[in-house]
Amino acid sequence: MNGHGANYRYVSRKRRTKEDGRFITGSGRFAADVAVPGMKHVALVASPHPRANILNIDASAALASPGVHAVLTGDALAAETAPLFNGLDIPNVKWFPLAVGMTRYAGEWVAAVVADSRYLAEDAAELVAVEYEALPAAVEIESLLEPDSPLVHPGHGSNVLLRKTFEWGPVEADFAAAEQTLTYRARWGRSSTVPIETFGVVSRWDPVREILDVWASIQMPNYQEQIASALGIPTNWVRVHNDVDVGGSYGVKRGIKHTVIVGHLARKLGMPVRLVEDRLDNMSGGDAHGPDRLFDVTLAFDDDGTIRSMKLRAIDDVGAYPGRGPLQLGKPITALVGPYRLSSVAYEAISVTSNKTGQVPVRGFGQSPTNFMIETGIDLVARRLGIDRIELRRRNLIQSDQFPWRIPTGTEYDSGDYHAVLEKALDLADYDALVARRDAAREAGRLAGIGIATCLEPGGGNNIFEQLLNEKLTVTTFVESCLMRVDMHGHVTAVMSTTTSGQGHETLIATIAGEELERDPDTIRVTHADSLEALPTRSPVASRMAIVLGSATSEAARRIRAKMVRIAAHDLGAAEDLVEYQDGTFFVRGEPARKLSWEEVAAIAHRQFHRLPPGMEPCLQEFSVLQVPGASGQLPNEKKEIQLYPCFSFQAHVPYVEIDPGTGKVELLDYAIGHDCGTVINPDIVRGMIVGGLAHGIGAALYEKFAYDADGQFLAGSFVDYLLPSAHEIPIVRDVEHCTPSPRTSLGQKGSGEGGYLGAPAAVASAVNDALAPLGISLSELPMRLCDIEAAIHAKRTERTG
Amino acid sequence: MTREIALTVNGRERRASAMPRMTLVDFLRDALALTGTHIGCEHGVCGACSILLDGVAVRSCLIFAVQADGHEVTTVEGLAGPGGGIGDLQDAFWECHAMQCGYCTPGMLVAGHALLAENPEPATEDIREAISGNLCRCTGYTQIVEAIALCAAKRRGEDGR
Repeated sequence: MNGHGANYRYVSRKRRTKEDGRFITGSGRFAADVAVPGMKHVALVASPHPRANILNIDASAALASPGVHAVLTGDALAAETAPLFNGLDIPNVKWFPLAVGMTRYAGEWVAAVVADSRYLAEDAAELVAVEYEALPAAVEIESLLEPDSPLVHPGHGSNVLLRKTFEWGPVEADFAAAEQTLTYRARWGRSSTVPIETFGVVSRWDPVREILDVWASIQMPNYQEQIASALGIPTNWVRVHNDVDVGGSYGVKRGIKHTVIVGHLARKLGMPVRLVEDRLDNMSGGDAHGPDRLFDVTLAFDDDGTIRSMKLRAIDDVGAYPGRGPLQLGKPITALVGPYRLSSVAYEAISVTSNKTGQVPVRGFGQSPTNFMIETGIDLVARRLGIDRIELRRRNLIQSDQFPWRIPTGTEYDSGDYHAVLEKALDLADYDALVARRDAAREAGRLAGIGIATCLEPGGGNNIFEQLLNEKLTVTTFVESCLMRVDMHGHVTAVMSTTTSGQGHETLIATIAGEELERDPDTIRVTHADSLEALPTRSPVASRMAIVLGSATSEAARRIRAKMVRIAAHDLGAAEDLVEYQDGTFFVRGEPARKLSWEEVAAIAHRQFHRLPPGMEPCLQEFSVLQVPGASGQLPNEKKEIQLYPCFSFQAHVPYVEIDPGTGKVELLDYAIGHDCGTVINPDIVRGMIVGGLAHGIGAALYEKFAYDADGQFLAGSFVDYLLPSAHEIPIVRDVEHCTPSPRTSLGQKGSGEGGYLGAPAAVASAVNDALAPLGISLSELPMRLCDIEAAIHAKRTERTG
Repeated sequence: MTREIALTVNGRERRASAMPRMTLVDFLRDALALTGTHIGCEHGVCGACSILLDGVAVRSCLIFAVQADGHEVTTVEGLAGPGGGIGDLQDAFWECHAMQCGYCTPGMLVAGHALLAENPEPATEDIREAISGNLCRCTGYTQIVEAIALCAAKRRGEDGR
């Protein structure tokens, strides 16, 4: 079963998912569907100022309002809770769920009102009188580096939270040897994943049993631990119900501050309390924005297009409350040179704080901006040298016979055939015909362009890069677990230990368990243990569940199977190595009549101790707690080199666009993508992930921006201002698969949840720039909104005629 | 201050009291415990709360419950097929894996249902148009479009896939 390219019976086959049945009938159970008797509702009071001192909060009118139970202020909450977790070593940057003393962005939550209904809570929230002293705000990204920038966290003494430099490989020698260099800027605008379900959480405190129950729309590592730490209670008092369906996350459903508010209130008031964000709460105050990044890059290369080295500076504006956000400057180290054979790289990572909403991890954890930066550079080098963009990539891509390939930062890529995937994508796009179509469109006076981008998707979540940014973060254990049971009738149940937010983990587990045990996945039940019953997990981040949870599922199933073989061998009086298992039957090799059925062996295991091998534990229950495969388990060495994520998926994107020269509107008319995520577990799920991620990337490339004005006022608090792509904006996407199995996982699987989002922004930007090239325009800032493109065209025309 | 209202929901007469300012989606979810209809934006853009009001797809976050007094409402819970099993459009959504997290799915099903009632032979562009008022953040829409097309084909007696 370890063999790759095996002829699977369930894996890689078109099969219906296990989850969809509940969603099509409206019987999913999301956080807002959880109704606990006696539950009270929270509405929030938000700051209208980007930066202001809070002089006074008068809650008396609100408290007198009908149905109101409490008004919680930041001071009162901070007096009884610990600050929330920061990824960086910044002890004087304190993050509390409600503003303390000062408000640091427009929309920050200042007080929470608890009432019998959300309607009554909102009525009362309007009556909370907050007296502010407005102050100038720190907004523009480069100004945040200046010493005279208004201080977001005065106690920290600067708006720079992190400034680290790294050098891997012979950077200066490579630059000295290179025939040319090219310096450019790339700007990734502030956007996020913005799930259709906002964050919601319900909490109930049972003082007799000392259990704080939490039902939440959550996807994050160490949630239970962070709740307990903030509330100052033991971790085993917190019971997170992982069976809550999560209505989309893609990284951002990390409502720790919301949870601390309701957890505290539930304990304080002795009533169950619920907080469900409305859309404005979510977008302005939910601390769920993504990276906001400025890259300054210099590439060193030769006249033949060989790229030798890169010097890179990234400034990331993490907003007012950094949390885990800044660590998104660390993950890209995993694939800092992309799929290319650079022999050295220098990286300066700068994290700055501003008077904007806080940042959270977003799909790819910083990899998508980084990939946009890399691919922008490749296109610019091609243009400089007059070499075809595709040919330049072919010359620099790692070749299939060079794996495992070690990049300068110390990570070894597991496997791949990048040239084959690129060729498949070009074939699918019918590239020559596409070029003819573009040229014909240009002949007819239209702006038309083809995009080319490749991307790597590191998967597995071996997050030791954290230690490179913060020496105090020395975690090297990144596990997933699966517990598997076969009951007395032979029915299989597998237990997972986190929530799921659309990735299809139940299908993943059932399919792999079915394959390993030769049982129909439809008969295998998958449950979500709550956090008191759960096995260890790092949660579904980092494209890691197929890799780590999938491999743990294989391992648990193999242990079950091995135990059943031992039981059968003993009962049949045969040597263990002579007993085989196939299709529900254990039999002695060469003597098929000497056999036991799956059900018989299960019954023996559970009920007939006298038939078990001496010394064997009865019953059938096995588990695997699996460290991320392929990890060294070590901290980085003195050269800051380390094996980070174990598995590397690859994609090549080829979109085609036409742009209306009058309005700047981009129409995506075709999109072809080639992808390789190793062994596919469920083809429909993988396709959905790829196309869906790609759609999300199109949003980041063309439409989505959490805009602020120069004074720090937030301008994008609704779906009218922050534009998610609809079915009109997303083209028909055609995809073609390639499979280079990973040698590091149980069935050769790799990650697939992020790749579409990692490649599409770069590819769409490449297409837009190809379309604008005849006008002599080159854009390097995302999103490339219609107004930005129109402005660039207008400016160019004015320049010509003026 | 509440008002008694009576409406037909998924074929059943329902009576309940509602504040005049209560939205229909809150009424369905909180007063009638029909939590299949979801809330995404509460300003009429995302379509997660789509329901059929007298057979027409509308956003239940933009309607007050009292406005539905005397009318007929169908939610995702009412889209079952004959005999109470899952309906053919629901089945097509499952077959095509036309969802991931499932949050926008009820609204998408309502939009698809309304389209097929009006146009049994929709072109791809018609389907895209019909669901263009419903945002999905997971799928990129491709598999949703395929599911609605599959259901339409099956209703016409074609194989579809």
